[in-house]
Amino acid sequence: MINLSINGLDVSVEEGTTVLEAARFMGFPIPTLCHKDGLSPYGACRLCVVEIGEGPKTKLVSSCTYLAEEGLKVRTASSRVIRARKMILELLLASCPQSKTIQDLAAAHSIRQQRFRQEYEDCILCGLCVRMCEEQMMAKAIGFRGRGENRSIGMPFDIQSEVCRLCGACMYICPACQLRCTFTEPERAICGGCENLVPPCIEKDQFDDMMCYMEPCVACEIKKD
Amino acid sequence: MESLKSIDNFKALQERLIADRDLATPTIVIPAGTCGQACGANDLIRITKRELLARELTEKIHLRITGCHGFCEMEPSILIEPQETFYPNVDPNNMVKIIEAVARGKVLEDLLFVDPETGERVEKKDQVPFFKNQVRTILSRNEKVDPIRIYNYIETGGYSSLAKVLVQGNPAWVIKEINASGIRGRGGAGFPTGVKWELLANQPDGRGKLLICNADEGDPGAYMDRGVLEGNPHGVIEGMLIGAFGTGATEGVIYVRNEYPLAIKHMIIALRQARELGLLGEDILGMEFPFDINLVKGAGAFVCGEETALIQSIEGKIGEPHQRPPFPVQKGIDGKPTAINNVETWANIPVIIERGAPEFAKTGTKNSSGTKIFSLVGKIKNTGLVEVPMGITIEEIVNGIGGGPAGKVKIKAVQTGGPSGGCIPARIFDLPVDYKSLTEAGSIMGSGGMIVLDENTCMVDVAKYFMNFLKDESCGKCFTCRKGTQRMYEILDDISKGKGTLTHLELLEELAHVVKDTAMCGLGQTAPNPVLSTLRYFHDEYIEHIENNHCPAGVCKELITYSINENCTGCLLCLEGCSEKAISGKKKKRHVIDPDKCIKCGVCKSICKFDAVDVM
Repeated sequence: MINLSINGLDVSVEEGTTVLEAARFMGFPIPTLCHKDGLSPYGACRLCVVEIGEGPKTKLVSSCTYLAEEGLKVRTASSRVIRARKMILELLLASCPQSKTIQDLAAAHSIRQQRFRQEYEDCILCGLCVRMCEEQMMAKAIGFRGRGENRSIGMPFDIQSEVCRLCGACMYICPACQLRCTFTEPERAICGGCENLVPPCIEKDQFDDMMCYMEPCVACEIKKD
Repeated sequence: MESLKSIDNFKALQERLIADRDLATPTIVIPAGTCGQACGANDLIRITKRELLARELTEKIHLRITGCHGFCEMEPSILIEPQETFYPNVDPNNMVKIIEAVARGKVLEDLLFVDPETGERVEKKDQVPFFKNQVRTILSRNEKVDPIRIYNYIETGGYSSLAKVLVQGNPAWVIKEINASGIRGRGGAGFPTGVKWELLANQPDGRGKLLICNADEGDPGAYMDRGVLEGNPHGVIEGMLIGAFGTGATEGVIYVRNEYPLAIKHMIIALRQARELGLLGEDILGMEFPFDINLVKGAGAFVCGEETALIQSIEGKIGEPHQRPPFPVQKGIDGKPTAINNVETWANIPVIIERGAPEFAKTGTKNSSGTKIFSLVGKIKNTGLVEVPMGITIEEIVNGIGGGPAGKVKIKAVQTGGPSGGCIPARIFDLPVDYKSLTEAGSIMGSGGMIVLDENTCMVDVAKYFMNFLKDESCGKCFTCRKGTQRMYEILDDISKGKGTLTHLELLEELAHVVKDTAMCGLGQTAPNPVLSTLRYFHDEYIEHIENNHCPAGVCKELITYSINENCTGCLLCLEGCSEKAISGKKKKRHVIDPDKCIKCGVCKSICKFDAVDVM
């Protein structure tokens, strides 16, 4: 077991536990965008930064990727952490204002304005979809391309990949995505599975939304109406 | 090439080579590194070869083609040994004359270097002010060695440090020696090399250990590592061999950026020769010491100079840094313990072993020992690679070795450490160059880039340039680094266009501190340095841009206008030179620039002989 202190409280955790897991176990809230249990930690969004160390040599690290160390002193809500977190949310809000997840986080941290030039992007490149596709769906259909400001996520050469099963898991997990499966508009339907099942899901009440990764399943929503 | 089976074999070979050396015969040394070749060294080599053959002088005059000697401003240059006569900026048309003079043992006075201060001709290379004030431990090897001939390296004392280490036969002694020398990593962060090796040596030996030579030198205007790799590849190999013996590593990787074709070529040849000679392989010099080195070419990403990204790149993955700890020395390539050092650090290792740690530690300061190579570029008279002891002041480098400003305009600042570094203003040029004082001044030592800026350089523009570089070269994994550099660029761009406000300036500083705090790797953590250091030392220049919409250096295009003053003699030169036909006027009448057509390219100002073009 590894002993560390989080916000002054002593904690014992198993080896290999991340600081984020330890802090959440103790009930300290740390906001995250790119972290999901069941997917490998990545450390892209930097929202989960915490301050570690003591005295003048403290530094900020992303708690989702930092493993608990013996004797580590962690502060999850110091003024330096809060200042960084607020600036990150302001940057997120400036780039991706439509996302409900980001709006909620910003509101929770009482961000009242953003001072940058407003952009309307969809993707924050948190990489959740890439890891979901690789680690849970075993497909590796999408990945990162380019670097710096030209970085994007997509399929190789922007051609529909053979390994993509149109499962929709990438959209399901996306914190910023505006795209949703809309069965009613065939070109935006993700997999069309609900229609192609025998008997079609939308006609019989057999399958319910258990067959669909979309939440809520659009076809099911239509049925309920 | 015979394969050496034991240390005695090697020593016999070395003694034979040294005995066969012919130091009395005049030798024409032509530096043909990338810079030399670009300036025409290949022509000189061709002419020399042709003339020596045609005049049947091959026995009387020798030719040695080496890597860069460092004085790039004077390329293509020639050195005549053993007299050490230095001919700068050699015109191919004069080459035949020089060969004739060498054959007759004469010196061509009128082609010698002119000391700009005294106006006198200087014959010997060591008397040239640029070379005189340096301590050339690493770079001096470049003159003596033909990089593609291993015998050349051995006869000048090469691989004797390795033999010394193997004879000692005690890895712990090697690490103790490196620790005692006090050498710190030359790649920028300045981590003590001995400590790093000790950590690697103490790792469990189960799966094999690796050494990496980081030659992914990406800083704009910096080429120290290229100079060393091109000129002295065996020095790096020898350093890695000594490191392998000390740490128990069995594999080595040299990660070179693909933009250095000559360095790659020389290194591949050097590796092959070392392998043929039995200095690399399963059983080095019969000492049951296995070590081999592979060369991996980078694919052009600046971030791959960061060690965790470099490892990812070698593994064939996307070049993205990841969280440390675990440090590479615990978990590197394929999970094996890996130590990464810079080219210059590796090149220093044989020197430490050869001279002994106490002797090495005498150069430099207490906390930063040894010499450091800087690439001195920008608005300076003597551009080139300079090697100086640590702790020397910037003043001595810039005005002493560098020879002061290139033009009439005063030097304003030096940018050190590449894109992650900062600007140091001229008023604190008495600052000693070592890891600590540069960091305190808001810059970093970095790998050794030193860009000199004069009064015609706008500091907002400098910060904008580096931010533009970084927003392209950030890997994009960390949101704050990716978006932060983009937003900083956006704000700097606004300021340089006169659209900035004081609130922008506050936001810029606030953002810079957050990016510094929250990024994962060294690139992101140092990315705001150009902004923070220019804000710290040149705040008034930012204010001038914002409040008066005025660029004091006359660089930011949106804020300047070109006009012609009463000095104009009506010579028509600028009128003909203007690509936009924005200048009108008649002969012997003062010309006028049409501000609507002017694209502010500055051609007229550079053409004008009468100082008649004003930039407001």
